[in-house]
Amino acid sequence: MRQSILSKTDSPLIVCEHVSCTYGNAPVVEDVYLTINRGEFVGIVGPSGSGKTTLLKAIIGSQPVAHGSITIDPRLTIGYVPQVETVDWYFPVTVEEVIVMTRTKTKWWPRITSKERADVREVLEKLGIAEVAGRHIRELSGGQQQRVFLARAMFCQPDVLILDEPTSGVDVRTRHEILHLLADLHQEGLTIVLTTHDLNGLAAHLPRVVCFKKTVIADGSPREVLTSEVLEVTYGAPMEVLEHGGMPLVVDHGRVAMRGEGK
Amino acid sequence: MIFAFDLFEPYEFQFFRNGLIVATIAGALCGLLGVFVILRGMSYIGHGLSHAVFGGAAASAVMKVNYFLGAGIWGVVSGLLIARVARRRVIGADAAIGVVTTASFALGLALMNRYGQASKSIEAVLFGSVLGVKVADIYAVSLVALLGLAVVVLGYRKLLFSTFDRDVAQVSNVRVSLVEAVLLAMISLTILVTMRVIGTLLISALLVIPAASARMTTNSFSRLLWVSPIIGAVTCFFGMNLSYHLDTSASATIILLDALVFVTVYGFAGVRNRTKMASLGHL
Repeated sequence: MRQSILSKTDSPLIVCEHVSCTYGNAPVVEDVYLTINRGEFVGIVGPSGSGKTTLLKAIIGSQPVAHGSITIDPRLTIGYVPQVETVDWYFPVTVEEVIVMTRTKTKWWPRITSKERADVREVLEKLGIAEVAGRHIRELSGGQQQRVFLARAMFCQPDVLILDEPTSGVDVRTRHEILHLLADLHQEGLTIVLTTHDLNGLAAHLPRVVCFKKTVIADGSPREVLTSEVLEVTYGAPMEVLEHGGMPLVVDHGRVAMRGEGK
Repeated sequence: MIFAFDLFEPYEFQFFRNGLIVATIAGALCGLLGVFVILRGMSYIGHGLSHAVFGGAAASAVMKVNYFLGAGIWGVVSGLLIARVARRRVIGADAAIGVVTTASFALGLALMNRYGQASKSIEAVLFGSVLGVKVADIYAVSLVALLGLAVVVLGYRKLLFSTFDRDVAQVSNVRVSLVEAVLLAMISLTILVTMRVIGTLLISALLVIPAASARMTTNSFSRLLWVSPIIGAVTCFFGMNLSYHLDTSASATIILLDALVFVTVYGFAGVRNRTKMASLGHL
C-alpha cells in the first residue's frame, strides 16, 4: 500500500470555495464549490469549453483565480497529466528525458544517474512500457504516449493525480487499459481527479462524477448524476439514460435522430 | 605551399585573430542558447533584442558611457520588459517584441543621426566589423560564454522542463518566470558581446540557424545542446577565414555558411526520412 505523507489526516485534500476564473473579461469558471477528499476517484464531465481544463489548471496553480479560493495542503504533491493534444510531439526528448526532467531539485548536473535510470525503469515497468525508455516521444503509439505522461506524473510520487482528458484520441482497447491502470493506482491509495468527454466508456465506471458547465451542475455517484435532466442542463441537448449491466448508459439523441433520418 | 601560406595570411593581423576568437566563441554561445530560442519559438526575440541593444549602444555612445555597461543594461532591461509585457497576455509576445525593440532601434538611429558620426558607425553596428574588435571583446565574450554554459549546466532540468511543458513545470515548483528572465538576460548579453563582429541585422540568424540545423540531426535534447554549439563555432571559424580570402563581409559570410549547412542537413534529413518512410511501406 502506498504511504502518503497525508495518510494520517482525514481532512480534504483540495477545497474549492466560490472559485471563478476569467479569460480577459469572459468568465470561464463561475462560483465553483468542490471538495476532493483523500483516496477519491473523481471524474469531471462536461462539454467542450465548459471550463473543465481551466478548473484543473486553477487547482494546480497555473491559472489565476479571479474570485474565491482553492485550499490545498502545502505538503501535497500533485502529479499532472496534460491533454496529449497540448504536447509538442516534435520536441527533441526521449521518454527517459521526459520523466527525469521533473527531478529539478535533487541534483544540478544534467546527466541522468544510474539510480534515476533505475527509477525510470521501475515506473515504466509498472505502467507496462519499460521497452520505450530510449525512444523519442513521437515514435510511440497513442496509448504509450498517454502512459509516458502518466509515468512522469507518477515519478514524483504524487498524493493526487490530476489528468486532463486521459482517454481522448485513444482506441477502445487503450481506453480500457488506461481505466484499469488508473483503477489499480486508486486501489493503491492514490487520489485521482480527471476530466473526460467519455460518459459511457469512462465516467460511468467511476465512483464519483461531477457534471460541469462553468460551475458544478451535479456531484455524486454515476447513478445519481448521469440522469437525463442533469445531462440536458450540462450539455444543452436532450440525452436519454438507459441502464446496462447495472450502470447508466447515455444515449445521444442527436445521433439517434441522424441515424433515423438516414433510414 | 603558396596555398598554405595564403590560408594563414590573415593570422598575421591582430584584428583578425581577435575577430576570429570572438566570432568562434560567439558562434558556440549562440548555438547553445539558440537551442532554447528555436524550441521556445522565440526566433523573433533574438531579432528584436539585437535591435534593442542597438538603441542601447547608440545611447551609451552619445552619453559617453562604456558600451558594455550601457548597451548591456539596455538590452537586459528590454528583454525583461518584453517578458513582462508578453506575460500579461493582453497583447501577444510578438507584438510586445515589436513595440519595445523597434522603438529602441528607432531611438538609436535618431541619436546617431543627431549626435554621432552617423553613416560609418551605423554601418558598423548594423553589419558588424572585424576591425573594431579589441582584446576587451575577447574577455567579454569569454565571460558571457562561461556564464551561459554555467546557466545551462546548472539549470539544465529547469530549462528543459519549462521549455517542454511550462504549465507542468510551474506546478512542479520550477520558477518558470525566473527561468525565462534569466534566459532572456543571457540572450541579451550574448547579442551585446557578439554585435561588434556579426552586427545587429544578422545576429538573430546566428541564434537560429545552427540550432535549427542541429535539430534535424538528433531527437535528443542533451545531444542537441552540444551539436548546435559545434555547428555555430565551426561555421563562424570557417566563415571568418573565408570572408578574408573572398573579401566579403565577415557576418554575411558566416550566415551564408550557416545557411549552406542548414540546406545540406535539410537535404540529408529529407532523404533519410523518405528512406525511413519507404522502409515502413510494407507495414
